[in-house]
Amino acid sequence: MSGEITIHLNGEVQTVRAGTLSELVEELGLSKRMIAIERNLEVVPKSEYAMTQLAADDRIELVHMIGGG
Amino acid sequence: MSDVFKVGTYEFNSRLIVGSGKYKDFQTTKDATEASEAEMITVAVRRVNITDPGKENLLDYIDPKKYTILPNTAGCFNAEDAIRTLRLAREAGGWDLVKLEVLGDTETLYPNVVETIKAAEVLVEEGFQVMVYTNDDPIVARRLEEIGCVAVMPLGNPIGSGRGLANPFNIRVIKQRANVPIVVDAGIGTASDAAKALELGADAALINTAISEAKDECLMARAMRDAVRAGRAAFLAGRMPKRAFASASSPTEGYIWD
Repeated sequence: MSGEITIHLNGEVQTVRAGTLSELVEELGLSKRMIAIERNLEVVPKSEYAMTQLAADDRIELVHMIGGG
Repeated sequence: MSDVFKVGTYEFNSRLIVGSGKYKDFQTTKDATEASEAEMITVAVRRVNITDPGKENLLDYIDPKKYTILPNTAGCFNAEDAIRTLRLAREAGGWDLVKLEVLGDTETLYPNVVETIKAAEVLVEEGFQVMVYTNDDPIVARRLEEIGCVAVMPLGNPIGSGRGLANPFNIRVIKQRANVPIVVDAGIGTASDAAKALELGADAALINTAISEAKDECLMARAMRDAVRAGRAAFLAGRMPKRAFASASSPTEGYIWD
């Protein structure tokens, strides 16, 4: 892990230590959850989390399923 | 008698699709869903609350191995948001069968048909099997079928209104002209509404609030299960004609006074 960077995570400005998406998922404690991630409007497949580097000002959407009709 | 409900490449024994919204807790969601004997359940896609990631999740209670999860686009008011939402859902769980709904405004929650059509075109092209929520308009229903949606889901009445079927005639017309399953989605308030939808020929009913807002959710789930079965059976059986005047049920000969 490198230093800290600031990203937009689910609409909030957040400072994170993670360098990659895998590290971000780990840092947030979501590794066992059924989630999906969009980075700068592109969905990132789970198989690419480890190789996807976070950059400053990235817009990350991290979603899961909730109750709905 | 085998009466399988086929949607795209999927097959179901139940013709009741349930929603998972507005329940008081996850345990009730699970109990009522089991009581309904539905095999398909809608879910919404939302941001994870990153300040509380350990919180329980719906899918801790609704097992995706047991149920076909139908991600929806509830809350989307344009095609772009709906497409983004379903791309995320497909990545999250690998689900390709989806419920597309693009709404027009927050007061009526009526479908925005123009944006719905735009989104459907892109999603079908991307390989999604799209079950599409729409108005009870036979022309739009046909257009959505032509685009390649695997099911067309006209509303009975506005979402969450529980007012039953506003226009039964249109539901029948949509069904008679369709080559894909027709699912009545939204508006069903109680068991007779669900039975009526299936009696009219709808292939299935999608019900959320009528179950989740019932005083006894599990009992209503069973009522809906039975209503959908009864309505379907009555449709297949073929109802008697309606007549203007009486028609005696007992023989009109052999009277003792003749």
